[in-house]
Amino acid sequence: MDSLDHKSAAPTIHVMRSQLGRVRGLGAAGTGVGHWWAQRVTAISLLPLSLYFVASVLILSGASRAGMVAYMAEPWNAVLFLLLIFALFYHLSLGLQVVVEDYVHKESSKLATLLVLKGLIIFCALACAVSVLKLAL
Amino acid sequence: MKDARDALMVGRNTDGKLVNRPLSPHLQVYKPQISSALSIFHRITGCALGAGTLLLTLWLVSAASGEGAFSVVQALLASWIGILILIGFTAALFYHFCNGIRHLAWDAGKGYELPVMHRTGILVLAATAVLTVGFWVIGFLVW
Repeated sequence: MDSLDHKSAAPTIHVMRSQLGRVRGLGAAGTGVGHWWAQRVTAISLLPLSLYFVASVLILSGASRAGMVAYMAEPWNAVLFLLLIFALFYHLSLGLQVVVEDYVHKESSKLATLLVLKGLIIFCALACAVSVLKLAL
Repeated sequence: MKDARDALMVGRNTDGKLVNRPLSPHLQVYKPQISSALSIFHRITGCALGAGTLLLTLWLVSAASGEGAFSVVQALLASWIGILILIGFTAALFYHFCNGIRHLAWDAGKGYELPVMHRTGILVLAATAVLTVGFWVIGFLVW
């Protein structure tokens, strides 16, 4: 009737957080596991997307502007490029954040560096996305 | 001393003077090995690719803005310095791609045994070389 193994202790669940972290609602680094997960999810989605990007670059090497327009006018290409831009810049933002947090120790410099980098990343991501849309539409 | 964490890092040297203990991983006494070299290389290529996204942005924005801007950027990328940067960019991309798969396998708890880790490390380097050379052979053929 009871499917639980009686030799083992009470049923447990595995939570990827320390107990102190759960109490505080934070992980050891002062943040939750959201960053870690997002980095992995974007990494996995970038596996096929970066292969697509490499293929696109080969197809578009030496292309004229008309060639670029024709390529992006293909809905699948525009969609895949937009997905690539989202995953790429998101992954970059998460990765660079870890690098900055590892090497910049002064709290004020760390905050300033992160704000500048993340601002630049959002700027570039938007510039890329709008450019793809302009070529596509 | 700023906080408790700092207090734990204070020690005395052989003269009895108070000093800050060196921070792990003690690079000055570390033997260079493939595991640590590939690890820091993953980070370096990640940062390089981050710089490379500026090129991607330049390429897409110039294409969107018009014929003149695009031909300037295309000519810049096709110059010898542009090609050199792009070769570095593709090598960094393929390395980060291959080593990233290795990292994802570790996240799944696989491939931690030292012989396996060394083997996959060498495999990453070989795959990077093959993919980079392959890309440029195809690139120059279709160009």
